[in-house]
Amino acid sequence: MMLNKLYKKFNKKEWKFTIVDKEELHYYQPGFLFIPFGIYEPHDVIKFKKEFIPKEAHFIIDEVHQILPEKNKVELKGGKELSYDLLIIATGTVPVPEETPGLKDKLWYKDIFDFYTFEGATALADKLRDWKGGKLVINIAESIIKCPVAPLEFAFLADAYFTEKGMRDKVEISYVTPLSGAFTKPKATKMLSALLGEKGIQVIPDFYIESVNNEEKKIVSYDAKEVAFDLLVSVPVNMGADMVENSNMGDEDDLNFIPTDKETLQSKAHENIFVIGDATNVPTSKAGAVAHFEAEILEENILSYINGEPLEAKFDGHANCFIETGFGKATLIDFNYTTEPLPGKYPLPIIGPMGLLKVTRANHYGKLMFKWIYWHMLLTGKTLPVSTHLSMAGKELNS
Amino acid sequence: MTQLTINNIPVDVNDEGYFTNPEQWTKEMGQELAATAGITLTDKHYEVIDFLRTKHKEGVALSIRKVGKSGIVDIKQFYALFPGGPLKVSSKIAGIPKPVSCV
Repeated sequence: MMLNKLYKKFNKKEWKFTIVDKEELHYYQPGFLFIPFGIYEPHDVIKFKKEFIPKEAHFIIDEVHQILPEKNKVELKGGKELSYDLLIIATGTVPVPEETPGLKDKLWYKDIFDFYTFEGATALADKLRDWKGGKLVINIAESIIKCPVAPLEFAFLADAYFTEKGMRDKVEISYVTPLSGAFTKPKATKMLSALLGEKGIQVIPDFYIESVNNEEKKIVSYDAKEVAFDLLVSVPVNMGADMVENSNMGDEDDLNFIPTDKETLQSKAHENIFVIGDATNVPTSKAGAVAHFEAEILEENILSYINGEPLEAKFDGHANCFIETGFGKATLIDFNYTTEPLPGKYPLPIIGPMGLLKVTRANHYGKLMFKWIYWHMLLTGKTLPVSTHLSMAGKELNS
Repeated sequence: MTQLTINNIPVDVNDEGYFTNPEQWTKEMGQELAATAGITLTDKHYEVIDFLRTKHKEGVALSIRKVGKSGIVDIKQFYALFPGGPLKVSSKIAGIPKPVSCV
C-alpha cells in the first residue's frame, strides 16, 4: 500500500524502491474469520504479492533478520545486507501461542485452534464440519490483539452456524476475556453485551489466562479460575515481528511493538524510520482500517520529510470496524484516540447507508464489499472516498 | 465528577471511585483505600504503587503484562497482592485514573 502510494509521488531518478517480504502470498486477513464457517474458501483470501508491486520496484522475498538503524542498514536472513535513506516498517503482529504454557501442546489443532492464521482457520473449518457439540470456549489471551472485534464476530457467527445446522442446543458458547466486559468502550460494550445475551453467549470477564491444562481440558487464569472446554478457540498473545526484538527496537511490554509517535507515525528513536499498522505501539486498535487511515497521513509526512519540511499531518487514531453479528447482518463502529464508538450513520449523516452501533443488512453487505475495495483500491494505493480523520457528522452524542 | 472524602480531605474521583487528579493522593489515603478493599499494604504493595504512579505520570498505558515485566512482581504475585482485578484494584489504591485499554 505504501509502496504504491509513494511510488507515484517520488522522483524515480533520485529514489530507488525496495520492498522486502518473507511471504510470496498476500492473505486477505479479514477473510480468515469466515473460513471456519465455510462462508469463504481458501481461494477467496489469497493472491500473489507480485501482482500489487510496481514492476520497476525491487521485490525481495526474504525475512528481515535485523535493522541496524545507526548504520542505516537492514540485514536479511538470507545473508544479504541492504542500505537505506528512508525505511518504512510494516511488519505487523502475529499470534504467538507459545507465550501461554499448554496452548500449543497435545491438543493444538485437535481440540484447540486459532483462527487468525490461514492454517488455524482452515484446520478449524475441518473441525467444525463434523463437530458434535459441547462446550465451545472462545478465549482471548491478552488485551492488545489484532482486530479486537474479531473474537466477538466469531462468537456471533458460531451461534448462527450451529443454529443453521440445527444443533445450537448442543453447543454451549462462552466468551472468556481479560477485559471487564465484551469490549472496552462503554457505549459499544453495552450494545454488544446485550447482543451476546440475546444469542445465549455467556461472557466471562476479567479472566487473564495463565495456562491450558490439556489433560483435563480446561483453561486456568492467574488467579486460579478455571473454565472447562470441549473445543477451545484461542486468540493467543499477539506480538510484533522477531526482527523488532533482534534489532532491540521494541517497547517495554516485550511485545515487540515499536515506539512510534502517535500523530506523525515517525519512529521515536530514529527520524528516518516510519512505522505503520500493527507494528507500532500507538494507542488505537490493531486493525486494517487503522493502517489504511495511517497510510494517508504517512504519505503526507514522508513527502514532507524528504523535502526537509516539518511533519504536519497528524493521525487521530481513527478506526472503524464492521462487526458481523450472524444471519446476514452486521454492526459498525467508528472511533479514534479520544472519541468512543457512538450510534449514528456512516459515512454520510442521515443517509448512511450504514448504521453505527446498529445491526443491519447494509452493514453486512458493506463488510462483504470491503473485500473488493481491499484488493482493488487499498493495496493499489488509491485513496478511499471517506474521511481519514474521524468525523462527528452523523453521530448521535446523547443517546 | 464526584468528590470523595478520605481522611477528612476531599478528592476528585470518577463515578467508579478512581482519582481523576493523582496529585491529590497521599500515602495515607492509599492505606485507607486499601483497607476498604481488605488489603494491608506492605513494602511490595508500595513498590507496585510507585511504579504505577510513575508510569502514569509518563503517560504510559498500563497493563497487567507491563506490571509483570516491571521487575517488581510477576503476574502471579501481582494477583496475590491485589486480588480480583489486580490492575483495577491497584490503580484505585494508587490514586490514578482507571486504566483504559487502547482498543
